[in-house]
Amino acid sequence: MSHFVLRQSGSARVLPGFGLSMGISVLFISLVLLLPITGLFGQLAGLSFAEYWTIITEGRVVASYMVTIGAAAVAALINAVFGLLLAWVLVRYTFPGKRLLDALMDLPFALPTAVAGITLATLYSSNGWMGSWLEALDLPVAQTWVGIALAMAFTSIPFVVRTVQPVLEDMPVEVDEAAMSLGATDGVAFRRVIMPHLWPALVTGTGLAFVRSLGEFGAIIFIAGNMPYETEITALMIFIKLQEYDYVGASAIASVVLFVSLALLLAINIWQGRFVRRLHGGKA
Amino acid sequence: MSIRLQNIAKHFGATQALEPINLDIQEGELVGLLGPSGSGKTTLLRIIAGLENADRTPTPGKILFGERDVTHVHVRDRRIGFVFQHYALFRHMSVYDNVAFGLTVMPRAQRPSAQDIRARVYRLLEMVKLEAFANRYPAQLSGGQQQRVSLARALAVEPDVLLLDEPFGALDAKVRQELRRWLRHLHEEFNFTSVFVTHDQEEALELSDRVVVMSNGRIEQIDTPETLYRAPKNRFVFEFLGDVNYLEGKVQNGTLTCGDAHVAVDLPDGDEELLLRPHEIRLAEQPSADSHLPVTITAISPVGAEVRVELEADWLAKPWLATVRHADFNRLAMKRGQRLYAHLRHWHRFKDADAVQDASLADVS
Repeated sequence: MSHFVLRQSGSARVLPGFGLSMGISVLFISLVLLLPITGLFGQLAGLSFAEYWTIITEGRVVASYMVTIGAAAVAALINAVFGLLLAWVLVRYTFPGKRLLDALMDLPFALPTAVAGITLATLYSSNGWMGSWLEALDLPVAQTWVGIALAMAFTSIPFVVRTVQPVLEDMPVEVDEAAMSLGATDGVAFRRVIMPHLWPALVTGTGLAFVRSLGEFGAIIFIAGNMPYETEITALMIFIKLQEYDYVGASAIASVVLFVSLALLLAINIWQGRFVRRLHGGKA
Repeated sequence: MSIRLQNIAKHFGATQALEPINLDIQEGELVGLLGPSGSGKTTLLRIIAGLENADRTPTPGKILFGERDVTHVHVRDRRIGFVFQHYALFRHMSVYDNVAFGLTVMPRAQRPSAQDIRARVYRLLEMVKLEAFANRYPAQLSGGQQQRVSLARALAVEPDVLLLDEPFGALDAKVRQELRRWLRHLHEEFNFTSVFVTHDQEEALELSDRVVVMSNGRIEQIDTPETLYRAPKNRFVFEFLGDVNYLEGKVQNGTLTCGDAHVAVDLPDGDEELLLRPHEIRLAEQPSADSHLPVTITAISPVGAEVRVELEADWLAKPWLATVRHADFNRLAMKRGQRLYAHLRHWHRFKDADAVQDASLADVS
């Protein structure tokens, strides 16, 4: 009898394996995500807040924040526009080579970022293929923040395309057609019917691209020139500290990047959750 | 507004979706485009709407709304209302905003004032009996309600013609019935010209003033539901409009023989195939001099105004379906496995593509 009761309470969920799969997930997250982060904060434990503050507000480091955030913002905006366009083209039209273009979208994920960095650096250096042209037009890319933004845009474009694409695929063409049959011009239909659907995905994708750019290292350092106060990114500051065996300093700066990224991701998630609830009929 | 289509054809790549078609729809008419999938009915509707362009070669077609040539007019300027099978509502907008959409996107000069828009939207919502749902979102409504919103949205801009693409196709049977009756009502009240697409013969016959039967990109027949059902022009129309039973055999000296069954027919000698509707078969306990068609009942469905009975026999390639009045059903005490004799009240014969011959047999009862 007791066996029977036990069995019943055990099968309260219809889908089997909750305990096991949840347990393994938590273990995995702990080992791979939480443990290293805890280690990072462990490094900071020996630091007083004043010391911490001094490290993270040192002039050269603050300059690197500016460069990183500025370039990442520009890269994210560029990706928002072109990522949306790419997703649109990939979903709405059929053309020869569509599958190839679709596969190409993942290249920045697959390519080691250092390879991307070297490629970009040689391409845009003053004697490179594109660089010599741009030099002649007085638009140097290598060793400026433009180069940094370019490298960031390269590595993070898939975030926008891959988040917008499924949402766009999910949106029937009839919705467009309905808007047009009601007299909406292309611009109005795009602004009032298509964009509201894509907003959450686009913001998420852009946000992810931005966060990814904040931490990008390999693709950037070759093209950035790494001039102090000018083209040094925050990730490089961490690297420099590490080379000086200043683990605590490195951790302090890393924690800033971590906090900013986390806060941003959380904000996006909350905002998106609200929007999705409204789409599915909850209160706005 | 009347609709006139002249020489409208459509190719998708190499496949011909529509052969050149001419069609006149009168002002205030409710016309159903009926056909199996792939018959080109939706393509035709979308061409009328301007969501699809007709072929420009070899001989360009023409679409006229009244006297207005809209052949090259963009969908947004055609003044049509379009209702989609899957509603195509704007999910991020409330019911009110959905219905108001067409009014709010008008150029400023033509756009009604905010109060006028409000008044008109509420009038439409009242018409579709959804005024209490103005602030809901589409996801909070049932399928039937969503389709009513989509209809109100289409009517808000006071279109010249209303086009509906399988408007009830995604709804369950009961709601479909209700909406069908309701649309008929609405049409009688407001008298807009409308064209709807359906693959459901019952829906087409019940709803339309005239039905356009299509197959393989061709118009097979255009007629009132009554004429269509009583005088189908060809075999396709006859077969598509309802259940059909087949009787194949050889005619000799005015008698069609098929295995151990035979029936008197007034036809010349040769191979023949007769087509029968379920209600054209009468069942009796005895054969007659003219008719010896022994059958066995294999299934009975007593739901509805008539009892549907499935009949089998060695001489039949495919089982027959007959409908019997409840009174006869009880009188003969029908049950599965019972052997009875079929008599033909009426039959049809389509020898060539377009030749039709109907014959009535004296009802011997």
